[in-house]
Amino acid sequence: MSDEHYLELCDNPVQFENASSVNNVFFDEANKQVFAVRSGGATGVVVKGPDDKNSVAFRMDDKGEVKCIKFSIGNKILAVQRTSKSVVFPDKRSVKLLKSQSINVNWYQYCPETAVILLSTTVQGNVLQPFAFRSGTMSKMSKFEIELPVVPKPAKLSLSERDIAMATIYGQLYVMYLKHHSRTANSPSAEVVLYHLPREGACKKSHVLKLNTTGKFALNIVDNLVVVHHQSSQTSLIFDIRLREPDCAVNTHQPVLPARSIHPYRIPLSGPTVVPSQPAVPCQLYSSSWSVFQPDIIISASEGYLWYLQVKLPPTVNLLQDKGKLMDFLLRRRDCKMVILSVCSQILEGGEKGSLPVVATVFDKLNQVYKEYLEAEQTYTLAMESGPSRGSAAQKRPVRTQAVIDQSDMYTHVLSAFTERKGVSHKFIIAVLMEYIRSLNQFQITVQHYLYELVIKTLVQHNLFYMLHQFLQYHVLSDSKPLVRATPQPRLSTANDEIVEVLLSKQQVLGALRFIRSVGGHDNVSARKFLDAAQQTGDQMLFYTVFRFFQQRNQRLRGNPAFNPGEHCEEHVVHFKQLFGEQALMKPATV
Amino acid sequence: MLMISPRMATGMQEKQYTPSLLSFFIYNPSFGPREGEEEKKILFYHPCDVEKNEKIRNVGLCEAIVQFTRTFCPTKPAKSLHTQKNRQFFFEPEDNFWIVMVVRNPMIEKPNKDGKPPTIEYQEEEILDTVYGAVLRQCYSMYKLFNGTFGRAMEAGGVELLTQKLEKFFYRYLQTLHLQSCDLLDVFGGISFFPLDKMTYLKIQSFVNRVEESLSLVKYTAFLYNDQLIWSGLEQDDMRILYKYLTTSLFPRHSEPELAGRDSPLRPEVAGNLLHYGRFLTGPANLKDPEAKFRFPKIFVNKEDSYEELHLIVYKAMSAAACFMISASVELTREFCEQLDSLVGPQLTLLASDICEQFNINRRISGPDKEPQFKFIYFNHMNLAEKSTIHMRKTASVSLTSVHPDLMKILGDINCDFARVDEDEEIIVKAMTDYWVVGKKSDQRELYVILNQKNANLIEVNEEVKRLCATQFNNIFFLD
Repeated sequence: MSDEHYLELCDNPVQFENASSVNNVFFDEANKQVFAVRSGGATGVVVKGPDDKNSVAFRMDDKGEVKCIKFSIGNKILAVQRTSKSVVFPDKRSVKLLKSQSINVNWYQYCPETAVILLSTTVQGNVLQPFAFRSGTMSKMSKFEIELPVVPKPAKLSLSERDIAMATIYGQLYVMYLKHHSRTANSPSAEVVLYHLPREGACKKSHVLKLNTTGKFALNIVDNLVVVHHQSSQTSLIFDIRLREPDCAVNTHQPVLPARSIHPYRIPLSGPTVVPSQPAVPCQLYSSSWSVFQPDIIISASEGYLWYLQVKLPPTVNLLQDKGKLMDFLLRRRDCKMVILSVCSQILEGGEKGSLPVVATVFDKLNQVYKEYLEAEQTYTLAMESGPSRGSAAQKRPVRTQAVIDQSDMYTHVLSAFTERKGVSHKFIIAVLMEYIRSLNQFQITVQHYLYELVIKTLVQHNLFYMLHQFLQYHVLSDSKPLVRATPQPRLSTANDEIVEVLLSKQQVLGALRFIRSVGGHDNVSARKFLDAAQQTGDQMLFYTVFRFFQQRNQRLRGNPAFNPGEHCEEHVVHFKQLFGEQALMKPATV
Repeated sequence: MLMISPRMATGMQEKQYTPSLLSFFIYNPSFGPREGEEEKKILFYHPCDVEKNEKIRNVGLCEAIVQFTRTFCPTKPAKSLHTQKNRQFFFEPEDNFWIVMVVRNPMIEKPNKDGKPPTIEYQEEEILDTVYGAVLRQCYSMYKLFNGTFGRAMEAGGVELLTQKLEKFFYRYLQTLHLQSCDLLDVFGGISFFPLDKMTYLKIQSFVNRVEESLSLVKYTAFLYNDQLIWSGLEQDDMRILYKYLTTSLFPRHSEPELAGRDSPLRPEVAGNLLHYGRFLTGPANLKDPEAKFRFPKIFVNKEDSYEELHLIVYKAMSAAACFMISASVELTREFCEQLDSLVGPQLTLLASDICEQFNINRRISGPDKEPQFKFIYFNHMNLAEKSTIHMRKTASVSLTSVHPDLMKILGDINCDFARVDEDEEIIVKAMTDYWVVGKKSDQRELYVILNQKNANLIEVNEEVKRLCATQFNNIFFLD
């Protein structure tokens, strides 16, 4: 088994001085900054953010234990909290009360991405009241109740803030509730319940993720996947709420992949700046000193590291046997293109029985996404052409994600190499190419010319001219825009000419000759075109063969092997004489 | 053996006789070169009850004619001999093997008064060499499809085996020759293609590829709908003769029971819930029958320089028929047939109804009931595509045409003219019966149109044909 770890810690973590008796560490989720406060600030505060390589360092007077410390956006204002009821701004500033709400609150959670705060209310704490902050105003959203596994009697605080997290998944805000198993209630294992929190309207329970185990868990969101870390088994699970489970009730999800641990991580002995030859020690994963923040942050305060969690797609390919499901999964991931293309190559490589239906399913899934993008693009173009309309909001140009795998991607990375590969039956090659063309047609996507060329080349290489004719007859190998439709006559001739051009441009001179002979057109084709192509290949025997072919044609048609002046083949005759000598030329037959 | 069908002609008392087969024989001059051994040359002779010496005489005569005419053109020996009463056709399909067909000319029997015997008038110019020459070549091709070459039988079992095979094959085959209804279509020996949109066509491709992938024994597949070809994995010449066999022999034989069973529900005995209409036209009639035999006809197809022997499985669901060809060296079992039935049956049934639906949609788009108002025959030499609105559906016994034989003769004559030159040509003929007949030859295609416009002049007819080409021929084959 090769590498199966589909989760990993980023390799450029934010490093800070580890937490100790003299050094307190704080993390600000809004700015994603780590504050290392030494001796209450007297011997230094070091702030490290995610992008800024230059950390901020300053000193401040030790006025007691710091409970919380944060910067405003842009590091303009520093706020320090030392007591439970006061916040100090090092610069003198005035604060104005804009709006107040009076609610009994057990605890709160804030989601900086969406600027929504969630308050736990009531005695049991399971009635959640969200507020949204937008352009200086605070608006109350509709409150909702989390279903508790057991209702305690007498009532007491039963919903912990550790079991609630907020995150954006596929552009929507969800409240995630880690519902532990309970011996009394009929729930043998833990699950994560997602509540969809729309901007307008009521919050609804929308998804249930089955964890199939019990114990301590932590949640992350990476690339729209819900990652559930399980401490005792030191493994993680991933869920994709858009993947439908055929054998499950709607919106109940099983893990996409079997549980695996995060990829082993090694910490260089003397920090990340030293030479790579320095020995490294393995980092203890799933350590109890880890803190997990949304969406994808893992902090080890004891070791002084902040990592971003990442999904590695290549290992998923071998873990998910159902290729259709695998495609559904990959198509929703951010950096999916190369992995998808490698999966395509892989299923074509196998060539095992029954792979064609799988190939068809995969192509259909790719083309579905491709088509949606083309349509969005077209709608956008049309909207732009008709000018900005007053009624509708300005159209946004559709984003081309990596999941849009177009014909040129398929050609370059998959099909072209596949058709060249030794040991693959031509039957299978043609079947695959036709399946791709079928799928494109099914989604009404105009097929690019180079795909037809690939089919034509393969057919000609194996002398399958009759198949080629049949495809032409049913317009399978033609542009969707009809060329000449007045009568069937010019229609087919045009296609023949095109095929000859294609073959000549691929240096398939003999193939082109064989093809044109099979359609009975060799008496009328331009000899010069073929001789040019043959000469260009630099293959002397090929040139000889083609030259001889046309001499024989001339003999048959005109009783003389010489070329007519109108054919403009003088230079080829000279070339032929140079290569093979005057005597090699065919002499006119004497009757 | 008599196939004379008298039909009443113009005069009340006149009787008209259509062309009929007088004799058909196969010989090889090298088998009895010495005097007294002439009988050894004869490999097959129809009718068989002809006296031995007469057989020898007739064969000898043909031999002499061929030898004699060779002196004028060594590369092209005589192809036919015209006499007042009959016409003989010669064909040498393999070295020294000659097939001869003697056709009695059509004739009119005019009764005489006073009890005298009736006068017979032979219409020796009414039949065309091209038509019957083609029929003769087709006889050989059909033999070869099911038996391989004469040479192959000789290698396997000498003259004895060859004569056995010839006897077995031609005894039945000659009964199915209907010389009176042979015409231009026999010259072409074309294939009628089913008009189909690209998407449905691609679905069929997909079906064929998948079946060939999961039943890896299948070497070639052909797909037909409504007795028209959609896909052939066989080479063109093999498909041409197989198509002829399917459409004039196998399908008509099975069309009766199918029509009768149209109202019956889906086959209830099918295992599982995959109901389908699929059934074998060759091989086992009923898979459930414990006595069922899994024997299929064998056919021979060309492969590079040799030939290849194949089992021919023809499987049909509703109007869709798939021919699967499997190397004859493999023995086909019940398990294989069941596997094929369960795999192909449901898919083919679905595909058949898809094609039917798509075809109806396309026809509605292209105009309601826009059956061409004119009669034509189209043929493309390159892909052998033919289309005729003159011929009614072919049945096992006869092919019906909707026009008078005189007009068919004119079409044949024009075709002969076209065959003489390479250039594109157009011929317009005003027939005796007020019909106009137009023949066009362009590149590799030929089109024959019959117009019934009594008062039209040449210019108007020319315009009309131009108009028809523009409106009808842009989608004569393709509806997409």
